Amino acid sequence: MTLPMFPPGNDPGPNFNEVLHRLGFGPFPGSGPSGAPGAPARSGGLPSGPGMLTAPGGGEGRGPAAPFQVTHGTTICAVRYGDGVIMAGDRRATSGSAIAHRTMEKVHAADTHRGVAIAGAAGPAMEMVRIFQLQLEHYEKVEGQALSLEGKANQLSQMVRANLGMAMQGFVVVPLFAGYDLRRAKGRIYTYDPTGGRYEETDYHADGSGGRDARTTIKLGFTDDMSREEGIDLCVRALWQAADEDSATGGPDAVRGIFPTVATITAQGFERVPEAEVAQAFGRVISHLSSAEVNRTPPPVDPDEPDQGRPSKAPASKAAATRATAARKAK
Amino acid sequence: MAMPFYVAPEQFMKDKADFARKNIGRGRPLVATVYSTGVLICAENSSRSLHKVSEIYDRIAFAGVGKYNEFDQLRVSGVQHADIKGYQFSREDVDARSLANLYARYMGNVFTHEMKPLEVEILVAEVGAQPGEDQIFHILYDGTVVDEDRFTALGGEAETITARLARAYKAEWSLGDALKASVHALTGGERELSSRELEVAVLDRGNGRRAFRRVLEAEVAELLAGKQPAAVEAGT
Repeated sequence: MTLPMFPPGNDPGPNFNEVLHRLGFGPFPGSGPSGAPGAPARSGGLPSGPGMLTAPGGGEGRGPAAPFQVTHGTTICAVRYGDGVIMAGDRRATSGSAIAHRTMEKVHAADTHRGVAIAGAAGPAMEMVRIFQLQLEHYEKVEGQALSLEGKANQLSQMVRANLGMAMQGFVVVPLFAGYDLRRAKGRIYTYDPTGGRYEETDYHADGSGGRDARTTIKLGFTDDMSREEGIDLCVRALWQAADEDSATGGPDAVRGIFPTVATITAQGFERVPEAEVAQAFGRVISHLSSAEVNRTPPPVDPDEPDQGRPSKAPASKAAATRATAARKAK
Repeated sequence: MAMPFYVAPEQFMKDKADFARKNIGRGRPLVATVYSTGVLICAENSSRSLHKVSEIYDRIAFAGVGKYNEFDQLRVSGVQHADIKGYQFSREDVDARSLANLYARYMGNVFTHEMKPLEVEILVAEVGAQPGEDQIFHILYDGTVVDEDRFTALGGEAETITARLARAYKAEWSLGDALKASVHALTGGERELSSRELEVAVLDRGNGRRAFRRVLEAEVAELLAGKQPAAVEAGT
């Protein structure tokens, strides 16, 4: 290795991704104008065509996909609460319909007060997180001061956009970025689409294959200025519901003791919630849900409806018929 | 055709060395010393924003004296090199020795082949996992590397300052003692240096992954006054 020395007119500045590209290591195309011609997107090298297999997750409508099964990470969410933001993500990675990993980490500290969670193709996503972390640290060291929260969100947006060629071929990466804005003293959440579009959310967001279910759960349970415990419970409930509806999202694994990742980001910084605390939160959610299930009143059964050949149900139907008769007599 | 005048290589090199030494000697000096939990770097610098001491990587710091733009470019190259090496291999594989060698090679090359040598002296320090494993590399304008394991001084009057520091040095001394001795070595007791005119930074084993920390003005004043600031007692 030699010491990288760039002439004054061709200096990549504090941009680590650009330095990587000048030296020929970058996985994501450079963002600057000089990075574009010298560094073609690597997606061009991947074979694509109508004769290719489509990834099971990809579906036919999305065009040609990778000629092999891509490992995917699934549900992630971020919720604003009283002290900042809570981020959470399940631990499952899938490869087609198979479970590829049970212990994947999808929520990472980007730096002291920022977190990034990822959904989508696991390989490029993990690489993106790694380069993003390095990018923030590199900028801070070269410039002597850290980027603003918005500057960091924009950096991530550029990296997602640079991945568009790969996204078109099935390697979609959708990050979720959240942080504590020390200047404004509040938690902020940024979401992305596969083209690099960046949107700031006021209260919460969830992404990934189970994101829709998680989002609905959070929407119904969200209140302003939640406590830490309420916030963790809400995230855990959202992940539970996502796992309940989406096969690619993993729930708590009591046998192996694997629980989803939950982290808080406050004025004190990014902090992982201890696994025991997450397990307790799951315990509360499960006991709440199961007691709701036990106390549920069964739907009334029409006594005139012919028995549909389910002998085990017969006593129940008979009891219901008795109740219905009793009700009629009471009138 | 005009013939260039013949200059003996000895004379040519001596002229370059004199030029570099003269300009480095005009700048204000800095000292680095190991202490109980890391490495202390203390520079005379009245600017709050143009730093002489900076972070390179998790356990590595950089310091320079002489021409600011020249050592700042070396610093940025060092950060780029370290970050790329850590990305390509692993964070553990980034070390001060290899970085110091790269700096030495570059500076030696410039000294021999370019019209003007670099008017800088630089320091690359690495904090080890245990006391006694700390490393300090002092690299001169011509690419000479000096490996120190206790203390060193850069810039004008470096020899006098090193001699003063050698008299005061105690193994495993505290940050406060090391800082007081460093400031005394810089001034020789002949003038006062307030905390406002000092740039102090440490590489501390207790700081977690990124060992580098700037010691801010208020804390420097407390350390010089002999009080133990809360931050130091807490090991941060």
